Amino acid sequence: MNAPVVFEGIGASPKRKEDLRFLSGRGNYTDDINRPDQTYAVMLRSPHAHAAIRGIDTAAAAAMPGVVAIYTGAEMVVGSLPCGWLIHNKDGSPMNEPGHPPLAQGKVRHVGDIVAVVIAETRPQARDAAEAIAVDYEVLGAATSMAAALAPGAPLLHEGAPGNVCYDWHIGDLAVNQAAFAQAKHVVHFELVNNRLIPNAMEPRAAIGDYDRTTDQHTLYTTSQNPHVIRLLMGAFVLQIPEHKLRVVAPDVGGGFGSKIFHYAEEAIVTWAAARINRPIKWTADRTESFMSDAHGRDHVTKAKLALAADGKFLGLHVSTTANMGAYLSTFATSVPTYLSATLLAGVYTTPTIYAEVKAVFTNTVPVDAYRGAGRPEATFLLERLVDIAAKQTGIDKLELRRRNFIPADAFPYQTPVALQYDSGDYQSTLAQALKTADWDGFEARRKAAAAQGKLRGIGISTYIEACGIAPSAVAGALGARAGLYEVGAIRVHPTGSVSVLTGTHSHGQGHETTLAQLVTDRFGIPLSQVDIVHGDTDRVPFGMGTYGSRSLAVGGSAMVKAMDKIVLKARRIAAHLMEASVDDVEFDRGTFRVAGTDKTKAWGEIALTAYVPHNYPIEEIEPGLDETAFYDPKNFTYPGGCHICEVEIDPDTGAIEVINFTAVDDVGRVINPMIVEGQVQGGIAQGIGQALLETCSYDADGQLLSGSFMDYTMPRADDVGTLSVATHETLCTHNPLGVKGCGEVGAIGSPPAVINAVVDALRDYGVTHVEMPATPAKLWHIINSGRQLAAE
Amino acid sequence: MYDFAYHKPTTVADAVKILSADSDARPISGGQTLLPALKHRLNKPTSVVDLSGIAELRGIKRDGNKVVIGAMTRHADVASSAEVKAAIPALAQLASTIGDNQVRNRGTIGGSVSNNDPAADYPSAVLALNATIVTSKRRIAADDFFQGMFTTALDAGELLVAVEFPIPEKAGYAKMKNPASRYVMAGAFVAKTGGQVRVAINGAAPCVFRQAEMEAALTASWSPAAVAGVVQPADDMNSDIHGSAEYRAHLVTVMAKRAVAAAG
Repeated sequence: MNAPVVFEGIGASPKRKEDLRFLSGRGNYTDDINRPDQTYAVMLRSPHAHAAIRGIDTAAAAAMPGVVAIYTGAEMVVGSLPCGWLIHNKDGSPMNEPGHPPLAQGKVRHVGDIVAVVIAETRPQARDAAEAIAVDYEVLGAATSMAAALAPGAPLLHEGAPGNVCYDWHIGDLAVNQAAFAQAKHVVHFELVNNRLIPNAMEPRAAIGDYDRTTDQHTLYTTSQNPHVIRLLMGAFVLQIPEHKLRVVAPDVGGGFGSKIFHYAEEAIVTWAAARINRPIKWTADRTESFMSDAHGRDHVTKAKLALAADGKFLGLHVSTTANMGAYLSTFATSVPTYLSATLLAGVYTTPTIYAEVKAVFTNTVPVDAYRGAGRPEATFLLERLVDIAAKQTGIDKLELRRRNFIPADAFPYQTPVALQYDSGDYQSTLAQALKTADWDGFEARRKAAAAQGKLRGIGISTYIEACGIAPSAVAGALGARAGLYEVGAIRVHPTGSVSVLTGTHSHGQGHETTLAQLVTDRFGIPLSQVDIVHGDTDRVPFGMGTYGSRSLAVGGSAMVKAMDKIVLKARRIAAHLMEASVDDVEFDRGTFRVAGTDKTKAWGEIALTAYVPHNYPIEEIEPGLDETAFYDPKNFTYPGGCHICEVEIDPDTGAIEVINFTAVDDVGRVINPMIVEGQVQGGIAQGIGQALLETCSYDADGQLLSGSFMDYTMPRADDVGTLSVATHETLCTHNPLGVKGCGEVGAIGSPPAVINAVVDALRDYGVTHVEMPATPAKLWHIINSGRQLAAE
Repeated sequence: MYDFAYHKPTTVADAVKILSADSDARPISGGQTLLPALKHRLNKPTSVVDLSGIAELRGIKRDGNKVVIGAMTRHADVASSAEVKAAIPALAQLASTIGDNQVRNRGTIGGSVSNNDPAADYPSAVLALNATIVTSKRRIAADDFFQGMFTTALDAGELLVAVEFPIPEKAGYAKMKNPASRYVMAGAFVAKTGGQVRVAINGAAPCVFRQAEMEAALTASWSPAAVAGVVQPADDMNSDIHGSAEYRAHLVTVMAKRAVAAAG
């Protein structure tokens, strides 16, 4: 008896294939891997934010029990950790690009910079020995904040970066922009800080270097979102190991959020040292190291002004940002405030002229790079706060002001003044749906009811757009990207018809093993259990650029579609031979090949078997096998967008704030697995609420990390997030074969301004136009308290 | 963590013997403070004396007009104890809000009180309820016990054995949590016992302390309004990235008001 057929294709929500191993503790993470004769590495890190190294005495440490080797910058002289995106200054000259040695060369530039690596038989032995290393530091003045780094006479981090400036970049036509402001009826000015965040993936970073002297083969196991990119960066730029001698494996990875895109020093150190000692070396970060060595996110200070006509139409936007790079350039740091942020400043609006300039600054802090949203949350937060402030200043209702400036649904494709061309969207509809779900019209009654209980209630909205699946390669290259931005999908149909997909994307929580398999199930008509997704190993997957920027489905899924197209074409030719029909007459639909208009059919499994057992086979015309690879380079970014509405309540006695409910209506294009999309959006919103209300990285003036543990860095917990209502409204991407846009980052991008707009709304009687993130109870109480004092005066 | 010797005595006398012989030995009860410190190599004891094998340190009993709680009694046990809920509901409620489930199922009252973390919950109850600390060699009044940040009247080698709480007529506890650690940012425990009012403030200053002005106000009139007008000076309050001294001083009054309201 056949089991009932459950639809598992596009649009279904089967349970995640990967969860059996994750939820039962059977995941295979980097730290779970052990190699024969393995040693353990501990990194000796700088306790100072800025210091010259006068000497390192390792003699006592080297003599300690179990110590195998100790290396410093004196021994490890290799290439610099590379930066993957070249930005040009306003005058056309290239940015300042100081080197980033994996082990410090004479100087340390942030607390956590690596001074030496100790390798021992056990981790405690390595740690004991690291404590016995005597480093003679000459402590230098630190520049922790961007203001301190840009001040006259500031301590200089790098000889090659005068004034601690990396670049001074701009986009847009300043003269046209100024002309728009000259005609404005209203000009709204605004300054804000986009707070620095620490990613805190659940799994700390780890790396194992392994070397086989007999084959000269290096293997790196690492917590990475993109193993092929690491192989390229580390092999070609840092250690000069050719690809065929370097395998990079990124097994199960417990969360990345961007922080595991980048090539880190520890990966190069264990790979290099493993070849020197001819033994495997494992390094696993503890949580303290994660805080001081995972690339941080955000950290922009922005001044903006918006020009409006009398009717509220936006005439022009001018934005000046300083962006913190930290002590060194992390892999994609330079692109975040520029091509991933300034290009989003049109938002969902028809603003005809936009000018943006960005000054990137070196400071004595951990390097800053892409973190969930990467530049787009910064642009969205600025715009959506600015629109609310403009509404207040012009007296135009905040919804009406947005509606008047929306790009209309019939205006696509829409060319913005900041390079991007949006392909599709329907902002009025997502707005209308969100307003209805959130009962926007009933808010005033809820506000009054809260006031009767002594609470301050506020509602906030954000109508946003973002750009995912960065592309095409040629355009990105023209803008300074030093890598291609295509993706690879290899589909192997096995003789009995089951399928292995080798994808260049990487899953570290997103559920690719399910979502990507659903594409195959939908196309080939085979059960989900017959499809496996293979990723995270440069020796198994032909090539790939990895997972970031919500690109896996839009770019990686599209590559799979191309490979499946090739397979279906070949399979139809085989079927045509077996059914003695013309290939043009053979149709394929979810597992069945049929001669059009007849009852002659062949099943998927028969064709697969025939391809590998080619007895009755057109061998002169078609090669055996059913195995195809495709590279897909997108024509454009995808543009998810939508509307987020947040309702908060503040206790004026303590400043305590509660998210009462949060509504998201997102257009992520076609939805493959609604359950996974909902989870992705929920997680993103939790991170957005974290940024808006809870999280911030604090350094003191000497460069010590004050928020260096969970005792002081406020991660969002379930009870901080409130009730989330997540829905989607689809408009299809017009340029990829699936019509998908991406859902990984929308939650983190759209939510922070909705939350802060709600906070400012709740404080409407206290004379504030803006509250910097995070809006902590202490901060809110001080605002309320001084507001009360103002009222009393 | 660094290497240390591990002992698991079964009597208080044996534990005291080991601890008295070695000033670098450390007792461990629930381990919620000591273990993280060991893991971070912030503490390097020669030996760790595990108190979990000592049966006499465990348990809750009603003794006349007192509730006696053994040092090794876990927060979860205090929170769910019928005796405590009936006699001092505010104490059970306090215990139910310490840390999270994992902490409450490991952490003990003896560990918390001996450690005297300024941001801990129990010290405020001990002080406001005028409890007596019973140790391996003497009895110490609450007013004499808490001496400063992480400092108590306990001598080297002296173990906290039990805490005796007189049963109050009224008691209440309210706190504002630190958003990151969820330890106490400012808390107030108010109690009226035998006609005497005591108000203990935790979290806000380097050590738990009695708020005399609030005690006087509540003695005159037991009501939230009575403490609402008492201004806590900010001078000696803690200040950090989570809240200024001024904010904490303000919270002291708000929490005292809420504690009185909770006490009824």
